[in-house]
Amino acid sequence: MNLFDILGPVMVGPSSSHTAGAVRIGQVARALLGQRPVRANLLLHGSFASTGKGHGTHQALVAGLLGLSPDDPRVPDSFALAEEQGLEFSFGDCALREVHPNSVLVTLEGSEGGRLEMGASSPGGGRIQVFQVDGLDTSFNGELPTLVVHNSDQPGCVSQVTGVLAARGINVAALQLNRGRRGGSAVMVIQCDQPIPPEAADDIRALPAILRVSCYAPKQEVPQ
Amino acid sequence: MIEFTSIQQMLDSALEDCLPLWEAILRADCHSQNISREQSLAKMQAMLQAMEDADRSYRAQDRSASGLVGGDGGKMADYAKRGDALCGPFLSEVMAGALRMGECNACMKRIVAAPTAGACGVLPAVLLPYARQFGADREALVQALYIASGFGMVIAARASISGAEGGCQAEIGSAAAMAAPALVHLQGGTPVQMANACAMAVKNLLGLVCDPVGGLVEVPCVKRNVIGAMDALSAAQMALAGIESRVPADQVLDAMAEVGRSLPHTLRETGKGGLAATPFGQQYAPEKPEP
Repeated sequence: MNLFDILGPVMVGPSSSHTAGAVRIGQVARALLGQRPVRANLLLHGSFASTGKGHGTHQALVAGLLGLSPDDPRVPDSFALAEEQGLEFSFGDCALREVHPNSVLVTLEGSEGGRLEMGASSPGGGRIQVFQVDGLDTSFNGELPTLVVHNSDQPGCVSQVTGVLAARGINVAALQLNRGRRGGSAVMVIQCDQPIPPEAADDIRALPAILRVSCYAPKQEVPQ
Repeated sequence: MIEFTSIQQMLDSALEDCLPLWEAILRADCHSQNISREQSLAKMQAMLQAMEDADRSYRAQDRSASGLVGGDGGKMADYAKRGDALCGPFLSEVMAGALRMGECNACMKRIVAAPTAGACGVLPAVLLPYARQFGADREALVQALYIASGFGMVIAARASISGAEGGCQAEIGSAAAMAAPALVHLQGGTPVQMANACAMAVKNLLGLVCDPVGGLVEVPCVKRNVIGAMDALSAAQMALAGIESRVPADQVLDAMAEVGRSLPHTLRETGKGGLAATPFGQQYAPEKPEP
């Protein structure tokens, strides 16, 4: 908790959890897709589904998918902006088990054919929690530079990926690894203390057994 | 330097280092975030600017998505202009400012959460008219924002700044308890008077429930920004007059935490009790999502 968690954030209203957090969920989903989203399906759970309309949650999610920030005054007009930028979207309700009431399942299709399924919650204060990527459990909040690596479940993957980071002096703050089944596909989520340069992501892409690499860089809020 | 977990500790630390309280809070922030003084000041100036921009973004014709709020800031300003208003020009400005900001938030304008989006009207409603009435410059206002956030940090650490956790006392109550010491600072009061102002502002709204109609940040949230701003002004004026809170500030915050924990679930931002449960409120009850 710092001073600017108390005074701030600067955000488009009306709710830090239902509006600001929803924009951030969209931003993270766009980053993890790694390309411009052209189609999105958003399934709202719990309080997002029941009070989302009055909180602008729908517009906020789409704004984030378009890459807008929680303080962008265009957040309320995101539907029109989506049409201009060629993003088709649809909404529905869903009932998930054992997740926070403010949750959404996002399915995205990108301009280069990429696909992403992501589940995330917005528990309050504009903070978020990504609890699922492509059907596999995760737990990260996007407050640190985050690397998401899809790989085949083979020996040595973690060591090779963290080796690339170590060689560039990037410190790992937290690492999670989950696989669907033995020898199947796995997702590695690596939260780092330093920004992840695009070259590091390229080096990881070139490793054997790596299926996909995407990065989320939180916005640097402190003015330089 | 460590983070402040009590008001007494915050005041003591400023005293030990022979610093004005706002400066001690600024330095603690630089230390904990590992940023320079210039970076912290620039960020705080940006917060002040965003508050001023938000106030100017108000349009009386705007309505929220539900249609429940909008236009009251305009009504208040018109009434104040008539010349026979019940409250004088300064208080009328404060009330109009609180309504404007609360309505801006409900109408999806860009605001500064202080400490929350629902309570975003209290601080700017007292600070911006104060600057016009008493001629405070930007530097003084930025210092006042450090005072407000320092007290807010302790409230967050000892009690809560979340309606879901502690009811509306944690949102509007906290905002008032941040604004009151900020006003004392602007009027040249002492840190002890600031602590008294904070304590009295909390005490006056202790137990306030969070009961939003339809679960939306609209009714009664917008108008509660007015009572938060008036609470801050009255607590600051009492403290400046030398009136003390009999219960020490830190003990008041502990009571606030305990009261928050005792509030039933229905009165903590669930939209299920209080005003939300009235026949009027029920018309706006959230739809049950399809299974």
